Amino acid sequence: MLEVKDLNLYYGAIHALKGISLTVKDGELVSLIGSNGAGKTSTLHAISGLLPISSGSLTLDGRDLRKVHPNKIINLGLAHVPEGRHVFARMTVEENLLMGAYIIRDSKKIMKNLEKVYSYFPRLRERYKQLAGTLSGGEQQMLATGRALMTDPSILLMDEPSMGLSPLLVKEIFSIIQTLHDSGITILLVEQNAKMALAVSDRAYVLETGKISMSGPASELANDDRVRKAYLGA
Amino acid sequence: MNTFFQTLIVGLRLGSIYALVALGYTMVYGIIRLINFAHGDFIMVGGYTMIFTVPVALRLGLPAWVAVLAAVVVCSLVGIGTELIAYRPVRKKGTNMTALITAIAMSLFLENLAQAIPSIGPNPKVASQIFKAGGIHIGSVTMEYTTIITLVLSAVVMLILYAFTQKTRLGRAMRCVSEDKAAATLMGINVNSTILLTFGIGSGLAAVAALMYMAQYPKVYTTMGSLLGLKAFVSAVLGGIGIVPGAVLGGIVIGLVESFTTTYISSSMADTFVFLILIVVLIIKPAGIMGKNVGEKV
Ligand SMILES: Nc1ncnc2c1ncn2[C@@H]1O[C@H](COP(=O)(O)OP(=O)(O)OP(=O)(O)O)[C@@H](O)[C@H]1O
Ligand SMILES: [Mg+2]
Repeated sequence: MLEVKDLNLYYGAIHALKGISLTVKDGELVSLIGSNGAGKTSTLHAISGLLPISSGSLTLDGRDLRKVHPNKIINLGLAHVPEGRHVFARMTVEENLLMGAYIIRDSKKIMKNLEKVYSYFPRLRERYKQLAGTLSGGEQQMLATGRALMTDPSILLMDEPSMGLSPLLVKEIFSIIQTLHDSGITILLVEQNAKMALAVSDRAYVLETGKISMSGPASELANDDRVRKAYLGA
Repeated sequence: MNTFFQTLIVGLRLGSIYALVALGYTMVYGIIRLINFAHGDFIMVGGYTMIFTVPVALRLGLPAWVAVLAAVVVCSLVGIGTELIAYRPVRKKGTNMTALITAIAMSLFLENLAQAIPSIGPNPKVASQIFKAGGIHIGSVTMEYTTIITLVLSAVVMLILYAFTQKTRLGRAMRCVSEDKAAATLMGINVNSTILLTFGIGSGLAAVAALMYMAQYPKVYTTMGSLLGLKAFVSAVLGGIGIVPGAVLGGIVIGLVESFTTTYISSSMADTFVFLILIVVLIIKPAGIMGKNVGEKV
């Protein structure tokens, strides 16, 4: 279980996260929605240690994440698909995937995970030798997701996986998220596409200028007037 | 025709020295986007280390070139120390400009520190013969042993470096850190220690370059790295800074330009041509010969 309590984060004088609390239980798919600049990415960066927080607690299965070096967080079974993909552009598709398994020394296990990722994303297998920088946006998203799956994570943070994709690819990405959820992976999903996110999630949090303004079962939020007005364009 | 081949060989030899030094610039630039102005002075550090360790090696009954191992270790440690003491703290707090000025300061610091050490001092020291004199003759073209050693050794070092960055786990980690530090961290890569490793390798190469330089010009002085470093830096930029094969190509090109200008035009024009080539290439291709932009798509 991932637990975030009273999280405060500053960029210099800017108070970006103002006392955020949220939990993601094992096996849950929880989404975090909110408009531009609400603090969604900052929240994920704080969890995976990429940004220092000024106060609050972050625990994963009872372990204090603040005491873990950022590059060791992946060893706890937490993988992060960052906003904007962040694939290694000058490396091939397969090299990117192998980097995802950097912490694994057992080459048999790496090969097994690579097979699994290729079965999730057949398109990556077809393009295994292509430089990641030359992939389309949708393919890069698949690669970033596949790379994060290379360690068999128990919890996945996903930051706007549908950003910049065509409607067809958005559907494809969400169906993969659904598949991952069904396979038992815990997911914290950040999305601006609130409609799709609420449709696949168990629960959701709404973030507004650094604060959680609403939370509850996804289906309830999807029917809430305020949410419909602000995020579902209804 | 013989003059041509002789000039070609001299150019390749000079070029491989530039290439080795250029690799140090390019590796560090690739990983932290800093032009490490102190890199040229690491050559001087390597040179003096050999001056002091060659006699020790000989006294122990070892061949003189064994001293290069000591120089590699010393240069690597100086490179790592520079990153730890000077660059890392500045990078955390300052801007790119502060980092650049720190690099220039580091260069001047090393040169002046060396002069202040009594057993080094401001006067040049003559290096003893490290490799056997003589050479082989093919027709009327002479290949000195030192030339053969320089060419072979630099080719071997470069191949090993290439294999390391392409095929090994640590080498791949280095490439990841140079592309995207946040993503590298998410993969479980320790960014800081990878940067240290890069400094260690890049600076170690300067020691190998010092060996080859001294085999040709057996003189060591505290500013010996300035012009050599500058030309190697030009090589790195010419090839495309941050790109490992680019540094090799740039070094060879600069070496050839210098050698052919010296033979066929005038030795006093050699440096002019080197910089002229740089300017022309950068106007046509600002990212350098092998530079290209593989951007991330959004
Ligand atoms: N490096 C930074 N320096 C200063 N301010 C920052 C920085 N990164 C983010 N911010 C500010 O922090 C706030 C939260 O940003 P964050 O990126 O977390 O938002 P977000 O919800 O992910 O937005 P988006 O949907 O556009 O990705 C914004 O006001 C942003 O301007
Ligand atoms: Mg964001």
